[in-house]
Amino acid sequence: MWVYTLRSEPYIQDQILTDLKTDLEKVQKGVAEALVNCNYTEFAQFAIRLCLEEAIVNAFRHGNRSEPGKVVKFVCKIDHESADFKIEDEGHGFDPEGVPDPTAEENLEIPSGRGLMLMRAYMSEVAHLPPGNMLHMVYKNGPDPAD
Amino acid sequence: MSEATSVIQISDSAGVKKITFTQRSIIDETVIHQIGKDIVTVIDSESKPKVLISFHGVEHLSSAALGVLITCHNRIRVKEGQLYLSDIPKPIFEIFKITKLNKMFQIVDTSDVAMKSFK
Repeated sequence: MWVYTLRSEPYIQDQILTDLKTDLEKVQKGVAEALVNCNYTEFAQFAIRLCLEEAIVNAFRHGNRSEPGKVVKFVCKIDHESADFKIEDEGHGFDPEGVPDPTAEENLEIPSGRGLMLMRAYMSEVAHLPPGNMLHMVYKNGPDPAD
Repeated sequence: MSEATSVIQISDSAGVKKITFTQRSIIDETVIHQIGKDIVTVIDSESKPKVLISFHGVEHLSSAALGVLITCHNRIRVKEGQLYLSDIPKPIFEIFKITKLNKMFQIVDTSDVAMKSFK
């Protein structure tokens, strides 16, 4: 016997973000609703919210250097299988491998530099596309890591 | 004595400044900046600050907030004071573990435990 499961269309956002605070709130609200609709766990919702915050703040602050007029391109696709995000700034990019390890003993007391590490810890895939100004991250829906 | 700001509350008990948050999310940059300013003011007002930061009710925390906590830790250490963190919900504690900051901060389960831990 074949069993068919009806699933809604994927949630898609394709936007140009111009203001960190207001646009980030709108992005988070839409994504949060989509994650609930697609049955992501509370852990996943927490993780994705945190990583989006880190990624978009990084794009405005470090990529665009907070320069007025510079924008961030945000694309996401969320369905029951995965949540896929692309965040592109107008900066020159950077080498993610060149970021010091914030967990190294000598770096523990440095107040900054943990956003990328948190994204790598929580997301299933994180990649910076050359020249390093586009971040692609994916969360694969499933049981929580502790389960 | 209790003094309220927009995002944190500061109370004084037995020489310990206890800081609690009035918002569930500590992710907004402006909010985090204000928190940092407020806590540094507390630290600077004491010769050997004893500070307890309770995360009761906090649901979200960003890396920028961790940065503020590290700055506070460094400042308190220079003044030979003491800093305890308490009441950290499990998802937030996970962030401390990932970043290994649970090794740097003195973290205890509850505010009561923390109050008994100050020397």
